[in-house]
Amino acid sequence: MATVTLKPTKVPELMLEGYSITPDAFAGKTPAQIAALPAHEGKIHVTLGDFFEVSGNAGATAAETDIVIAGDCTRVKYIGSKMTAGTVKVNGNADMYVGGWMKGGKIHITGNVDSFCGMQMQGGEILIDGNAQNYVGCAYRGDWRGMKGGTIRIKGSAGNDIGTFMLGGTIIIEKDTFIHVSTHAEGGTVILKGDVEGRVGGQMVKGTIYVFGTIKFMMPGFKKVDRVELEVDGTKATFDHYIGDLGERHPKSKGKEIFADLYVKA
Amino acid sequence: MTSGEIIIKGGFVVDPTRKMEGDITDIAIKDGKIVDKVSSSAKVIDAKGKTVMAGGVDVHAHVAGPKVNVGRLFRPEDKLLSGVCRSAMAQKNGARMESGFSIPSTFKTGYDYARMGYAFVMEAAMPPLYSPHIHEEIHDTPIIDEGALPVFGNNWFVMDYLKKGEIENTAAYIAWLLNVTKGFGVKCVNPGGTAAWGWGLNCLSLDDVVPYFDTTPREIITGLLKANEYLGLPHSMHIHQNNLGNPGNYQLTIDSLKLAEGIKTKNKFGREQVMHSTHLQFHSYGGTGWGDFESKAKEVMDYVNKNKAITVDTGNVTLDETTTMTADGPFEHHLHSLNHLKWVNVDVEMETAAGVVPYVYDPNIKVCDIQWAIGLELALYAKDMNRIFLTTDHPNAGPFTRYPRVIKWLMSKKAREAVLDSFKHKDKVIDATTLHTIDRELTLYEIAQMTRSGPAKCLGMSNIYGGLAPGMNADVGIFDLNYKNMPSDPEKIEKAFQRAACFIKSGEIVVKDGEVLSRGHKKTVWVHVNMPENLQVKRDITQSFTKDYTVSLVNYPVRDYLAPHPFVLEVDVEA
Repeated sequence: MATVTLKPTKVPELMLEGYSITPDAFAGKTPAQIAALPAHEGKIHVTLGDFFEVSGNAGATAAETDIVIAGDCTRVKYIGSKMTAGTVKVNGNADMYVGGWMKGGKIHITGNVDSFCGMQMQGGEILIDGNAQNYVGCAYRGDWRGMKGGTIRIKGSAGNDIGTFMLGGTIIIEKDTFIHVSTHAEGGTVILKGDVEGRVGGQMVKGTIYVFGTIKFMMPGFKKVDRVELEVDGTKATFDHYIGDLGERHPKSKGKEIFADLYVKA
Repeated sequence: MTSGEIIIKGGFVVDPTRKMEGDITDIAIKDGKIVDKVSSSAKVIDAKGKTVMAGGVDVHAHVAGPKVNVGRLFRPEDKLLSGVCRSAMAQKNGARMESGFSIPSTFKTGYDYARMGYAFVMEAAMPPLYSPHIHEEIHDTPIIDEGALPVFGNNWFVMDYLKKGEIENTAAYIAWLLNVTKGFGVKCVNPGGTAAWGWGLNCLSLDDVVPYFDTTPREIITGLLKANEYLGLPHSMHIHQNNLGNPGNYQLTIDSLKLAEGIKTKNKFGREQVMHSTHLQFHSYGGTGWGDFESKAKEVMDYVNKNKAITVDTGNVTLDETTTMTADGPFEHHLHSLNHLKWVNVDVEMETAAGVVPYVYDPNIKVCDIQWAIGLELALYAKDMNRIFLTTDHPNAGPFTRYPRVIKWLMSKKAREAVLDSFKHKDKVIDATTLHTIDRELTLYEIAQMTRSGPAKCLGMSNIYGGLAPGMNADVGIFDLNYKNMPSDPEKIEKAFQRAACFIKSGEIVVKDGEVLSRGHKKTVWVHVNMPENLQVKRDITQSFTKDYTVSLVNYPVRDYLAPHPFVLEVDVEA
């Protein structure tokens, strides 16, 4: 494995569109070539070298390339977006679209991230040590094809619209969440370790939600069916099992209607 | 329009209006028109080894209006991966941002049509109440000339008059509406069915009664055909038939086409047909359900080939993710209940309705593949290529930017077979279609008929568009195709038509090597009917606007400033 280190040298005046910061774009390139990769600040064409000092070496392929950003990226978007392999680590915060459309590899952000983290992600892992804003693992605006695979773990709290139109994969929020979880979802798993305000599973067709804390306002479209003992993310607990959203269409399998499952810790 | 003289030298000219099949000849341009000759100071464009055609004419596309805008608004994901970063040259030329794939922005619409060498596009369904907006949007679309067809098939006035068999009153109402909306001709979408949708119903046969109005699709179609010829409009009645998109609808399609029998064409614009039946692909289905869904393109085209009073366009499925939008309100609800994607439904007072639903024509789904085959079969079974036109019913069966791909499929059996071979359910598709048995490959001459001379004649504008005779508009496309030595790789055909080597619109070079150089001199084309006042219709309109409409009569017409570049075709009707 080879490691490329980017050291921030300048805070962008506008947000920096860092769509080139991926192992796929870095693979097989020298530091000088990496510094010459394109980026945008607003409508102005810039290069990564305008904002980072590049050192170290990239591997021959994305899978052999690790990227470390030694500093804060609060104003850098699209870090690790569309990446297929390798790793990206940010020692600090990152802006929107971290790991958006990601297909493989690992991203680790030690600080907080803004919205749209892991949007329409298909595979790989995202680990955020701090908090996330809204739209974790959601679909692009207007799209009906959300997150399909991979894992997003937020160690802090998250905002609203988590896993909208989710089709697969796992999202874990270790602290509290606001509203709209797995809206319109047709698959996937969301695990909320803290409390959540409400609108959990609205118009949900299929998929699973586990809530360890409390749901302040329950959706009326969910019905309690039983109480079960489960091990979720390494923790054993007793959950009340609800099915829903009863106001939504549901597919049939072997003559039986399939519902979304919501488990709330008893 | 520039007065600059241009001469296009040495190209293979393909011009069906003058029976030119790749003749090497020069095309001279002056003052925005084709002329016999120009002075020696004319700008010379070398077209040696390239094909020269008139600007394309699109007879049916949805490119402006409320439902197109709704599509743009409710499908941000259509823009996500389709934006083009403006090149330095584009920025220098003042070109605007382009976005959208199936429902491109107005700018992208104009630029992309121009890049493909198209000069005229007909917006195929204008809800009259929203005609001011449509004209604003047409004005906002650069380069291409456009017209718009107001919809009449579910209009309350029309249904009231036709129930009583009043052709003259219907004609007077049509004339009034064309004049106030700056419309081009008579469009009819799912006659009666869209009105029935107000009661949650539809009209799926010619004799289904429209609730409340007590008329039938048969009466509406026949009445509009007669009223159109009473007025002698440039274009014929333009119909989207009943029961679109359902298995087994081909018999109804043929029955509806037969309504054109016995109606005589009457006009001064060189038009020969009395009915234009649009996106025929959606109406040529056999089978009783999606399981035994099959092509009936042969049966439908056998009838079309026999009846000279009919023109059609194909509505080719291009196997893309797209956005369906139509004034056929009940159909869009039906589609939404099949694919569960987002749906918009709109009612337009006393006139029409509309719906919008995204749709993915997935090559792994058998039905989509059969639809793809049917669209191509229609063109390949046609005998008179001046009566069948290339469309994708943009964006319903695919975006207009796929015309070059459809041309490739029509011109190359090899290209068709490559697609067929890629299908997951190839055998089932072959069982349900006959495309694999057809060896025919269309020529450039036939493509020019389908995209240039044919549609221009069908719209009654054969002396303006679709040809390169002196006196016609100087809309000339130059394509990187050697007529005498066509490429063996079909991809090169698609590439040549996607990006014209050069496109001259109204005598000005607007595209060079696929790059847009100018916003051009676009015109809005409409029809103005001069006829004696019909007092009863005048009274009915006044009364209805007082009683029923949400706008007053004085606020209804399209103001002149909304269509600042008019090209008006005058029609005189004698008492």
